[in-house]
Amino acid sequence: MNQWKNFTKGFIKENPIFVLVLGMCPTLGVTSSAMNGLGMGLATTFVLVMANIVISMVKSFIPEKVRIPSFIVIIAAFVTVVQLMMQAYVPALYKSLGLFIPLIVVNCIVLGRAEAFASKNGILSSAIDGLSIGLGFSFALVLLGGIREILGSGKIFNIALYSENYVSLIFVLAPGAFIVLGYLIAFINQIRKS
Amino acid sequence: MNYLIIIIGAILVNNIVLMQFLGICPFLGVSKKISTAIGMGGAVAFVLVLATIVTYLIQNYILNTLGLAYLQTIVFILIIAALVQMVEIILKKVSPPMYQALGIFLPLITTNCAILGVALLTIQKEFNLVEGVVFAISNAIGFALALVIFAGIREHIETQNVPKGLQGTPIALIAAGILAMAFMGFSGLV
Repeated sequence: MNQWKNFTKGFIKENPIFVLVLGMCPTLGVTSSAMNGLGMGLATTFVLVMANIVISMVKSFIPEKVRIPSFIVIIAAFVTVVQLMMQAYVPALYKSLGLFIPLIVVNCIVLGRAEAFASKNGILSSAIDGLSIGLGFSFALVLLGGIREILGSGKIFNIALYSENYVSLIFVLAPGAFIVLGYLIAFINQIRKS
Repeated sequence: MNYLIIIIGAILVNNIVLMQFLGICPFLGVSKKISTAIGMGGAVAFVLVLATIVTYLIQNYILNTLGLAYLQTIVFILIIAALVQMVEIILKKVSPPMYQALGIFLPLITTNCAILGVALLTIQKEFNLVEGVVFAISNAIGFALALVIFAGIREHIETQNVPKGLQGTPIALIAAGILAMAFMGFSGLV
């Protein structure tokens, strides 16, 4: 039951984007379509889970003072793994996510979970925590990407929904990212209160 | 002419914060007052230019010659972390008043994606060292510009009667969106 709660917290209650407002750069930068959001979300989830597992394994060997730099090196190693894998197997997605793949390293969510959770808890709980937060992040990215894609290009996951004559391009451009996320956070806040 | 294109391109057309979405965390986090926004802008500018020069030299003279280009991400983030730490120590010793002004922002800078982002972009765009420095300085100015304008807007929002559900982050994001729309007017300039 406890682990189940640990798993479900990432979706709404402690959602990294809607509630904690962390990791804004990739959130705004890659969500011009639902597919990009999903790719970015899953790449980050992989890094989160692996980094959480390794950090909870080695936490007792790391001296307190060099804690943060050691975490960053572990995270950077897994980011490099993701980067090379995506380059090899999904080159098109890798190209459209571009700079934001190496930038997972400075995503505050990953370092935040390492510091707040993995450095204090066991391996299983840390893995579940990583999975929960990662999937919550992916969920938020797909939601944001989906809304922007529907409004901005009239498609969802590249399936056309209505004629392109009625789309409003601004939503796939930079300003749309800020505005849609702003209203989405307001909406989620309202749901959480009631 | 080439440099002019880099400068205008980085500051206005492809503004690092509003168009490329790098450094959003400090953009939202420390933009409540103009004075802190200027401090943050200064600290980022300093580290950004320094980090771009050092990572450029390391990439071209060490990683590329040894065939270790795949270590780029790890090496760059370590350099930036070390550099921030070093700047902090030197500033404390050499110029205490400047340390007083920038000190609290420095630890935040390691995880500022603008720094790593610009360092990686400089390599990706295959700039030479001088172009890289110009690119870094322009991006630093672009970051500071966006931050200070946005802080000015948020100071005004504070005094307005914002609908309850939109208070805090949502209204800040919507204001940023409108600011980004204004910056879109510059597209096509270069």
